[in-house]
Amino acid sequence: MNALTKVSRRQFIGIASGGIAVLIGSGALCAVGQERRFAYPTDVNAYLLIGDDGRVTVLTGKIEMGQGVMTSLAQMAAEELDVDLAAINMVMGDTDRCPWDMGTFGSLTTRMFGPALRAAAAEARAILVNLAAVRLGVPKARLTVRSAVVSVTSEPARRVTYAELARGKRLRKVVDARAVLRSAAQFRIMGHSPQRLDGREKVTGEARYAADIRLPGMLYARILRPPAHGSTLLRLDTSAAEAMPGVIVIRKDGLVAVLHEDERAADLARSKVSAGWSRVPQQPDTESIFGHLVSGTKTLHQVAARGALSAGRSRAARIFQMEYRKGYVAHAPIEPHAALAQVTDAGATVWASTQTPFPTRDRIAKTLGLQPQHVRVITPFLGGGFGGKSADGQALEAARLAAICGRPVQVAWDRSEEFFYDRFDPAAVVKLVSGLDSGGRIVLWDYSVYGTGERGAIHLYDVPNLAIRTGIAPSYGDAAQSASLHPFEVGPWRAPGANMNVFAIESQMDLMAAAAGVDPVTFRLRHLKDARMRQVLQTAVASFGWRPAVGPSGRGIGVACSTDAGSYVASVGEVSVERSSGRVSVSRVVCAEDLGLVVNPDGARMQIEGATTMGIGYTLTEEVKFRGGEILDRSFASYHIPRFSVAPKVEAVLVSHQNLPAQGGGEPPITTVGAMVANAVFDATGARLPRLPMTAERVTEALAKASART
Amino acid sequence: MAQKLAFRVNGRSVSLDLDPERTLLGVLRGPLALTGTKYGCGEGICGACTVLLDGRAVRSCVMPVAEVAGKEVVTIEGFSSEGRLHPLQQAFAERGALQCGYCTSGMILTSEALLRATAHPSRQEIRQALEHNLCRCGAHQRILDAVADASGAGAQS
Repeated sequence: MNALTKVSRRQFIGIASGGIAVLIGSGALCAVGQERRFAYPTDVNAYLLIGDDGRVTVLTGKIEMGQGVMTSLAQMAAEELDVDLAAINMVMGDTDRCPWDMGTFGSLTTRMFGPALRAAAAEARAILVNLAAVRLGVPKARLTVRSAVVSVTSEPARRVTYAELARGKRLRKVVDARAVLRSAAQFRIMGHSPQRLDGREKVTGEARYAADIRLPGMLYARILRPPAHGSTLLRLDTSAAEAMPGVIVIRKDGLVAVLHEDERAADLARSKVSAGWSRVPQQPDTESIFGHLVSGTKTLHQVAARGALSAGRSRAARIFQMEYRKGYVAHAPIEPHAALAQVTDAGATVWASTQTPFPTRDRIAKTLGLQPQHVRVITPFLGGGFGGKSADGQALEAARLAAICGRPVQVAWDRSEEFFYDRFDPAAVVKLVSGLDSGGRIVLWDYSVYGTGERGAIHLYDVPNLAIRTGIAPSYGDAAQSASLHPFEVGPWRAPGANMNVFAIESQMDLMAAAAGVDPVTFRLRHLKDARMRQVLQTAVASFGWRPAVGPSGRGIGVACSTDAGSYVASVGEVSVERSSGRVSVSRVVCAEDLGLVVNPDGARMQIEGATTMGIGYTLTEEVKFRGGEILDRSFASYHIPRFSVAPKVEAVLVSHQNLPAQGGGEPPITTVGAMVANAVFDATGARLPRLPMTAERVTEALAKASART
Repeated sequence: MAQKLAFRVNGRSVSLDLDPERTLLGVLRGPLALTGTKYGCGEGICGACTVLLDGRAVRSCVMPVAEVAGKEVVTIEGFSSEGRLHPLQQAFAERGALQCGYCTSGMILTSEALLRATAHPSRQEIRQALEHNLCRCGAHQRILDAVADASGAGAQS
């Protein structure tokens, strides 16, 4: 397994730096897939197939989970190939047909896979033009390409189509030189906003998700679950379930499952399984976790340092010491994890809702004792991911059960299982000491984050004496350290770590601005040299119609900015705080983002709107409650994600630089939401909320404290 | 325990031997192979499983199939005819009122029930009608826009 993974990884890196194999062929796609499974490795990197019907198949290991890359990747390929968008077929996340990919996360698709795909498409176009030159008997320089037709510039009637060029040909070419990509001025398809390619099948219900796949003879599995993390099975009685007709009971290596070809019968069978579990040892709970995170952190890793903290302390006229906190947050996609596995002598095929088809394939292979090339993972549409579908427990369960039963098995988690096995965004603590000199300039920044990683902790503000430390380094890389700190597994959640870090940084900036008697935008600009960050902040406040005022102004307007995934974001929002109940409502948000080259402006706006709305959840209501390894919130009845009444009006403003490389789009706009709302609540009431989520109860408490002080 | 139950789905008569306590969602996705209706929570909270029952929006994940006997069920598969999209489907696609698409059929069915009862709802009425349909991707404002478009009223906030 490792050998193959390593080879694939090296090949991928080769692609990213410009060595691209473009396969142009005729014939059925599945035949090529078959060949590739056993063929020499360069074929693994085939990104494009130009059919003799003129249709272009784009192959990518990336998956579509709502973020819109099915459309934006198709735009990139169509642009560089010079074909119409309608000629593109996307094949995504199929490990037999697509080039290796590490997974869809980190807002990396457009900025990392995008250039590789564009280069492959540009090279394919060059090959086709060469073929056309031979076919038409004129030099390349005298040819024009438009919408998959190559014609002689001076005699447009002399033409040949890509379909005609591809017919009967099977060319393979490894590209040595970096392909020449189109410039923004030449774009016909990129930089525009066609309708989402997945829109039609999603509004008609034809779009397939993992739980929608059916195979003849398939079984539905229900798996016995512990009541709490850390529980062990003491007693088990499956006799009543076994007595039911058609029920298969599997008990192997800790996996206890009942299966039936009728889903309802599988449910009934599970209800007849009786089990006893061990008590869970004493563990932290929702409130005691913060002390545990700090005391349990053995080492702090310094990730940035400037000047000397002692010098900062002695220059500071005022010191601000704060502790910020955030609880565990669930991914809570509306589609729970699901998989269907079929295992035969020839190997395993698993349809899975996963953000990481290739790593999932490798883990399934390892679990079943197969070679990775004998496992095929097919990824249908995902009903939301947000980082949570990087873990693939359901796919491994389905594969194990299918191997044991010799029949196809579906494992589809119910909502309670989805909450229980969610690898939450970790709870975290930030301890922050900052100082202002007598002139209102920041001279000290002493920052430590516990429980989560460093992403978002390094800011752009100009501070002469600074130290930034993190208890987990790098973000989630140290699983063992993470595991010893947190009472259950945690994992990447949309911009992992950054939501906590930006909340702390931008709350502190706001607090110091108010103390300095300067409005929060001017205060930030005084400490910002980065031109792109300044431009984005100024764009956001101008679009909002913000007027300077020292906080708390009583208006309820908050500002926050950050850099994440290579992009620059600034959010300005307006809230109202109902003093009697402590309820905060966010009515309007303007979010400006500079993500470099924008492939699909409306797609980018969708991500800003979606991230902002999702961010309201971790900011106001979302916190997983737990005790003794038990997850207490296992339903949408008690775990509140944003609803229509809560969703603000979001105005997305793109600050585009079409001549700069594309940067991440899906994650950056969520990072600013917590601080923006906290700062707006402060602006409205004078109360500073240092803990997320800012539940009505906590707001009421903070209001009482604030009024006691005055 | 199975009994014969007859009802109509998307204009078609069906008659099946079913455990009457089985959920309508299970029957739609299982024996009827209509997988456009989604499981999201199994508790009637998220709305991904919404279908029309005699024109009303109901949560199929908590509805025993016995209650459907003799009635008319409409699922998302019954919306487009001969390749022509229903105005709500058209509006959702045009507005980009979806991302992952998993809540979409429930959103469209709930909106259809609203529009059948109130031809030109205000934005607030649309918001209220959809309040108990969950969307995790944050497509809310585009969904409101799409329903307003489909109602032909161009409702404003």
